[in-house]
Amino acid sequence: MNSMDAHLLREIADLERVPQGAYNIRKNGKLEGRNNSANITIESKEDKPGIDIRIAPHTRNESVHIPVIVTQTGLKDLVYNDFYIGDGCDVDIVAGCGIHNSGCETAQHDGIHTFHVGKNAKVRYVEKHYGEGEGTGARILNPHTIVYLEEGASIQLETVQLRGVDSTKRYTKVVLDAGAEAVVTERLLTHGQQFAESKMDVILNGEGAKTQVISRSVAQDESVQMFYPQVEGNAQCFGHVQCDSIIMGKAKVSSIPAIVANHMDAQLIHEAAIGKIAGDQILKLMTLGLSEEEAEQKILDGFLQ
Amino acid sequence: MLELKHLSYSVDGEGANLDILKDVSLTVQDGTFLVITGPNGGGKTTLAKTIMGLNQPTGGQIIWNGEDITHLSITQRAQRGISYGFQQPPRFKGLRVRDLLAMASGNPGLTHAEGCQLLTRVGLCAADYIDREMDASLSGGEVKRIEIATILARNSPLMIFDEPEAGIDLWSFARLTDTFRYIHDKRAATIIIISHQERIINLADEIVMVADGVITDQGPKDELFSKILANTQAQCEFVRKGGLA
Repeated sequence: MNSMDAHLLREIADLERVPQGAYNIRKNGKLEGRNNSANITIESKEDKPGIDIRIAPHTRNESVHIPVIVTQTGLKDLVYNDFYIGDGCDVDIVAGCGIHNSGCETAQHDGIHTFHVGKNAKVRYVEKHYGEGEGTGARILNPHTIVYLEEGASIQLETVQLRGVDSTKRYTKVVLDAGAEAVVTERLLTHGQQFAESKMDVILNGEGAKTQVISRSVAQDESVQMFYPQVEGNAQCFGHVQCDSIIMGKAKVSSIPAIVANHMDAQLIHEAAIGKIAGDQILKLMTLGLSEEEAEQKILDGFLQ
Repeated sequence: MLELKHLSYSVDGEGANLDILKDVSLTVQDGTFLVITGPNGGGKTTLAKTIMGLNQPTGGQIIWNGEDITHLSITQRAQRGISYGFQQPPRFKGLRVRDLLAMASGNPGLTHAEGCQLLTRVGLCAADYIDREMDASLSGGEVKRIEIATILARNSPLMIFDEPEAGIDLWSFARLTDTFRYIHDKRAATIIIISHQERIINLADEIVMVADGVITDQGPKDELFSKILANTQAQCEFVRKGGLA
């Protein structure tokens, strides 16, 4: 692993070295390193690119890291990663993709992640996307995240893409059985001519299912963002969608949340707001001794933290 | 020492110039507790904002410790030790109380204990607030007290507070007046407070009355306080004529 790889791993997975516990590192479409633990096994798929990650029931306080790095210009990488998380687990999963494109051809990674989360299991899933590189080639990431939560299972699903990715089309789908809970948090910052689209379907099928969808984004320069979060209630359930965007420069943001109730006891709420940074926020921070630029940066950092 | 020399501020309004401040001159010695009071719309907030640089005066000068700061930016004035507590402080989605206090103190490594101490001084139960977001989940009174805590965190030689009592319940207000008294007793800073509250006015060394964009009266608290109370009633024609009777 060279210093650029290490830098990308730090950006997407906060890793300073190879992670503790189970991991699978993929570089330029090939396996770079893998480790299984007593309770977690990772195997390559035979029929298509990607891996199966199996976590034994009642595995607690363990983590899996599956970062992907792309440093080869012109590479188009597509993977299917399937997680089978046993009943009663309590685990952290860290994914993410970093692209360093120093060439003039497009570098693209499309990760299709599917989670089967067993009864009463708890999962925290973080997926960070990051792009950099002096080349003119585009950096493209199109992740799909599909989650099936069995009875009483829960997931905290956090996706982060701050800077550097030229184009992203993200799709997230979470299907919840009775008593399951999903907290989906999305943080996004686009700049330059970047484009980002995020579609989301959260389907509350079981009684007592709950979800909270929080999307916060900053659109700078001439970038374009589109959000389509939808929550569907098919039982007595609770869902809350909150989309907040800060718009700057000549950016464009569309925020189109939807709630669909197919059951009388489905309680669904959506909120969406788009606005520029309020002038009095900047003035307040300037009275604390910050310059206008520092104040703006602090406000954005706080909003996306 | 703060000196305001012939300060004026006007805005364009309905085709004519509207004079909000008219030739205001005032000297505030170091360590003074000065209360600015007077009727609504008289120019008090404009005056305070002009000292902080939130308004640019249309005439006159502001001298702080011998330096002409009239044309300095808000940031430069803040860096020279002037702080200002907003009457209606903004909220920030995502920024936590702790973040704001750290920024105000200029110490990114502000400890939990230091943050909590500041909140306690404005009557907030620190443990409940230090990690809260500065968003709409906080009430007006809570935001206001956190705003005052940011000014205490700055520990600057000139503290300006614009109606710190507004929106704050009686119990917390008592704690707040203790804090103002404590700062003043230590002579740690020059304090300028815009207020209509008797308990705050009572703490003052000096009172300045501002009405219709000018200083109408000025002097030591003992002299001016009773005069203000008398004038307040006497100026009302309705009362003077005997009211409803």
